[in-house]
Amino acid sequence: MNGHLTEEDLLLLHYGELVDAEAAERHLLACDACSAAREALLGDLAALENDAIPERGDDYGAAVWARVQPGLRPPTRLFGMTPRQFAMPAAMAATIVLAFFVGRVTHVAPPSPTPPPQIVEREVVRERILVVAVGDHLEKSRMVLVELSHAGNGKRKVNIAAEQQWAENLLANNRLYRQTAVRAGENKVASVLDDLERLLVEVASGPSELTAEEVATLRKRIDSGGLLFKVKVLGSQLRGRERAPGHDASPKVIS
Amino acid sequence: MRMEDDAADVTAARGGDEDAYRRLVERHSRNVFRLAYRMTRSEHDAEDVVQNAFIKAFRRLEHFESRSNFGTWLHRIAANCAYDVLRTQKRRQREEPLEPDPANPEARALPSLGPSPDRLAESADVRARVARAMSRLSPLERSAFVMRHDQGLSIREIGVALGLDTSATKHSIFRAVRKMRVALEPVSEVAS
Repeated sequence: MNGHLTEEDLLLLHYGELVDAEAAERHLLACDACSAAREALLGDLAALENDAIPERGDDYGAAVWARVQPGLRPPTRLFGMTPRQFAMPAAMAATIVLAFFVGRVTHVAPPSPTPPPQIVEREVVRERILVVAVGDHLEKSRMVLVELSHAGNGKRKVNIAAEQQWAENLLANNRLYRQTAVRAGENKVASVLDDLERLLVEVASGPSELTAEEVATLRKRIDSGGLLFKVKVLGSQLRGRERAPGHDASPKVIS
Repeated sequence: MRMEDDAADVTAARGGDEDAYRRLVERHSRNVFRLAYRMTRSEHDAEDVVQNAFIKAFRRLEHFESRSNFGTWLHRIAANCAYDVLRTQKRRQREEPLEPDPANPEARALPSLGPSPDRLAESADVRARVARAMSRLSPLERSAFVMRHDQGLSIREIGVALGLDTSATKHSIFRAVRKMRVALEPVSEVAS
């Protein structure tokens, strides 16, 4: 080892992470200055152990369990399904929708004044799938937004772990539907999904436990710009399109 | 014995045995609290960290590797929860000055006057200095230091947990130790 040991060397040596520990130990045996520096460092590190940490009694574990247990409850069931059960059919629907629209975008057909009947039929099927899938997605999102709007009911602390898990599951499909809607030229649908996505991201990545003030802020976010209203109106319009036999292609909604 | 107990309880908890998870919570709560307090310097925040860490650990139980040490794994989750709390606080501090924690005023609102030589000899003062030194570290420095010094995690493991490369992790720890040694200097001088 060349030269003296730095504070960093001594610290890494203490933590057992110095690359050439053997050479450092040999140097310490021969060098009083470095040996004194090590003693001083170890003395300071020992002083750090003298930290005032509040004591917790023997019953602390039971008290923690009482607070933790409600957070372990299975997520709320919506539509009689857990988030995981729900995610499966929704993800499949999203994939099918995407596949259809990718097909529409990439398929280059020769120009023709009147498309053959099978192409018209395929377009109708594609749109119907988007309408059904997005309508279903919006209804589920609406229910989560309603749950979040009523979360806490005046409590000081509110656990939204279940709603958070729902938001997380809805998020992936929301992205897919939004991208699909953009590709399909469904700008108004894409705009509502975009607003919804921002909120879902916020909920999914935020803390599971909120203060009453944080819940109020979240409620304000849901209300601002009438997100809940937009989701509800668009959802019911899409369901209307879904029922109509030769339905109109563009949703006349959401300003 | 404790590790074997943990392993059996983790297996049972994965199978849906809530009572087994209760035993794990009861066995590890105090240590998790100590870690959380060391990092957050606030009883209130530490309690939140303890609760969140156990809930998160429960949800991730299926990702826990049976041959690992449950305590170490749990502490890693708790350290990340505490780090999140510190980052959130830092964000809020930028918006509004932080009020002192009424449960632990010394950690955040220590008087700036230097203590007398008599008081320096008292361990309460050393504790206050340590508390002050810890509260002056950045969230990253404090997290890296506590993970290394208290939890015995390797620099590589800390880097993974905090999303840093090895060099940045090392330097966070070096800076933390240097700042704390400066804060402790009068104590060392009197002691020597």
